[in-house]
Amino acid sequence: MIVELGHFALIMAFVTAMVQTILPMWGAVARDPGLAGMARYSAFVTFALVLLAFVSLTLAYIGSDFSVANVVMNSHSTKPLMYKISGVWSNHEGSMLLWVLILTVFAALVAVRGGGMPERLLASVLSVQGAIAAAFLLFVILTSNPFLRLSDPPAEGQGLNPILEDPGLAIHPPMLYLGYVGFSVAFSFAVGALIHGRIDAVWARFVRPWTLVAWIFLTLGIAMGSYWAYYELGWGGWWFWDPVENASLMPWLLGTALLHSTVVMEKRDALKVWTILLSILTFSFSLLGTFLVRSGVITSVHSFASDPTRGIFILCILMLFIGGGLVLFAWRAPMLRQGGLFAPVSREGALVVNNLFLATSAVAVLVGTLYPLALEMLNGNKISVGAPYFNMTAVPLFIALLLFVPFGQSLAWKRGDLLGVGQRLLVAFGIAIAAMIGTFAVTRGGPVAAPLGLGLGVWLIMGSATDIFNRCYRKGISFGIAFDRAVGLPRSAWGTALAHAGMGITVIGISATVWGVETLGVIRKSEPLSVGPYTVTLEQAFKRSGQGFREDVARFTVSEGGALRGAVETSKRIHLGREMPTTEAGIVTYGLGQLYASVNEIMPDGRVSIRFYWKPLVTLIWGGALVMGIGGALSLSDRRARIAVSVKNRKSVLTKSGARV
Amino acid sequence: MKRLIGLFLLLLVSASPSCAVEPDELLKDPGLESRARSISSELRCLVCQNQSIDDSHAPLARDLRVLVRQKLVDGAGDDEIRNFLVDRYGDFILLKPRFSADTLILWFAPFIVLAFGGFSIFRVARRRAGLKSAPLDASERLHLDALLKEKDATKL
Repeated sequence: MIVELGHFALIMAFVTAMVQTILPMWGAVARDPGLAGMARYSAFVTFALVLLAFVSLTLAYIGSDFSVANVVMNSHSTKPLMYKISGVWSNHEGSMLLWVLILTVFAALVAVRGGGMPERLLASVLSVQGAIAAAFLLFVILTSNPFLRLSDPPAEGQGLNPILEDPGLAIHPPMLYLGYVGFSVAFSFAVGALIHGRIDAVWARFVRPWTLVAWIFLTLGIAMGSYWAYYELGWGGWWFWDPVENASLMPWLLGTALLHSTVVMEKRDALKVWTILLSILTFSFSLLGTFLVRSGVITSVHSFASDPTRGIFILCILMLFIGGGLVLFAWRAPMLRQGGLFAPVSREGALVVNNLFLATSAVAVLVGTLYPLALEMLNGNKISVGAPYFNMTAVPLFIALLLFVPFGQSLAWKRGDLLGVGQRLLVAFGIAIAAMIGTFAVTRGGPVAAPLGLGLGVWLIMGSATDIFNRCYRKGISFGIAFDRAVGLPRSAWGTALAHAGMGITVIGISATVWGVETLGVIRKSEPLSVGPYTVTLEQAFKRSGQGFREDVARFTVSEGGALRGAVETSKRIHLGREMPTTEAGIVTYGLGQLYASVNEIMPDGRVSIRFYWKPLVTLIWGGALVMGIGGALSLSDRRARIAVSVKNRKSVLTKSGARV
Repeated sequence: MKRLIGLFLLLLVSASPSCAVEPDELLKDPGLESRARSISSELRCLVCQNQSIDDSHAPLARDLRVLVRQKLVDGAGDDEIRNFLVDRYGDFILLKPRFSADTLILWFAPFIVLAFGGFSIFRVARRRAGLKSAPLDASERLHLDALLKEKDATKL
């Protein structure tokens, strides 16, 4: 019954999403406030209906209702509750429903926060959101319905893929989708602005918090996915340039560019046309990512061809929104008025360079991801494009951009003074060089790439520190005043500094991977093996069984310079009902580095074939992403972002900010 | 001799279930071994998704790793080994695509986009360089003066 209710709610949601698409747009164009006012209510109703559908599916999973095909294929009655719930989005149908749910959540949030927005803009933004929701709801209902019942229900479900049975599944996809889908708001705002032919700093102020929210979630989602792959796949890599990863990296790159160009628009009313284009492109890349992952086109052209309905359906949605957005852009963008002027050497100029590099690296990732597909369609030749390609194209672009960041951060708006900036950054530059040379001296004979990368990371961190320092301290003022000024800085300034420093931390973590040590060995009980600074000793190998699996475990003690530091376990796990064993890596964190154990095989005679890695500073890779996310959140809590709450509050904030120095 | 090696390879392969680079595969000579690692990290495992044979647990990947090492021991050069594998399995096996008519666009696209983008920005900047902001009118100037005065009064 609850399943039918969910099914019905899903279909009703499609109807209300259509209402949300048509009536407000009509109202906005015909200047009918009554119809335009429908936007908010229909957005709420659509959200409530999709939520109802999602909750009913979740309840079917929790109650192990094996008359529902989707539950049978992805759940098992003995699963722990958490995996029953996360099982909902472990599969195509459920994850598309989650996608639509998040889309309607964003629409509803825009409706809640839209009080201060011009009514017509709000109506057209929600209308576009409604159109996207309607398209994907139709997709779910027609090609990926999770509510289908079986006439002959089995007694037990087939269970979840063991790789997915992990807390990572509970967090990673929802985060990633919050990021992907969050960019739809920027897209809708861009389309709304194009329809109105009016775009200014106020528009940027409305759109920026949404871009920031999406960016924060996407950053954390990608980092989370990377860590999950790192500990789950069992060979210690953290980024594989896999098409699915690239699909999430491309919107991140363009979203980062968008975040920066929106700042220019908000502060200086410049780069309008480009920002609009970027808003459209960023969400287009999100849609493209959804298409790549969901259609199966990347894994094999043939698997796509064997069941083309879904792929072609998403392709049509893709063409409708990307094509429609770009056509609208080509038609209306020339009518937008030019914004503020700026000299080439200025904060604006620096952000233009930032956008150039980010957009180009997104193109590099796009070309590398789609090229094999395009080539095979064109002349049937099969090639692979793997990590070496991206390391030779996208990575140099990243490095060039990052070298540049501290300059951009310190340049003044409108007209900058490169010499002055150079002088202010001299100390930061000196520290970065000293860090590089110092590391090089200490690790003499080691790889050169690591000290260079470390220097780059330090440069980014010190660049941010310099920026904050110069904002608070000037010669002759006391530290008390400098401290007060630091506290009084806009939170967005701290947010920027933290986010850039976070990037620096990640860069250091990535550079340090070059120092990683890998040791392979076949060892007996009590036999030691040295891994970097540590010595591991096989304590014992034994069998164990847990909930839904049995495993062969190898347990090692870890010591450093004769002193015992702890123990680490790694195992080969066989899940009930599955043939392929999975490797459960053992990870212990020492300082900022990790000792990573991955068992190859436990032999009948008790010997263990094992692979150990010592990965110094590796946790900084994800720690840096976390810092970036915190920076984003801090920036989001800036009063500038809160201003859009309502007209009433806006007034009071404006008077207050007018009195600020 | 060749048969012996073949037998040896067969033994290696059948000895244990396969995993990513195993201890018994490693070459004694560290120079050759590091060459082996760098070659095999740029070869695609043909039965996995987007994994190099260096990372892959598949039996085929193991066969290829052993093959690469055997050829290295026999004195083959890196390119010779790659050519041999491409002849056998096609370009698909190379994770780093070769420079050819097929991959011209692939390799040049990022740089063309960068150059084109840079050039467009340069042109827009040149065109804009001549433009000046409209001068302030009398009331705007008054307003600005008032603001500046207010700022001076509250200066730290």
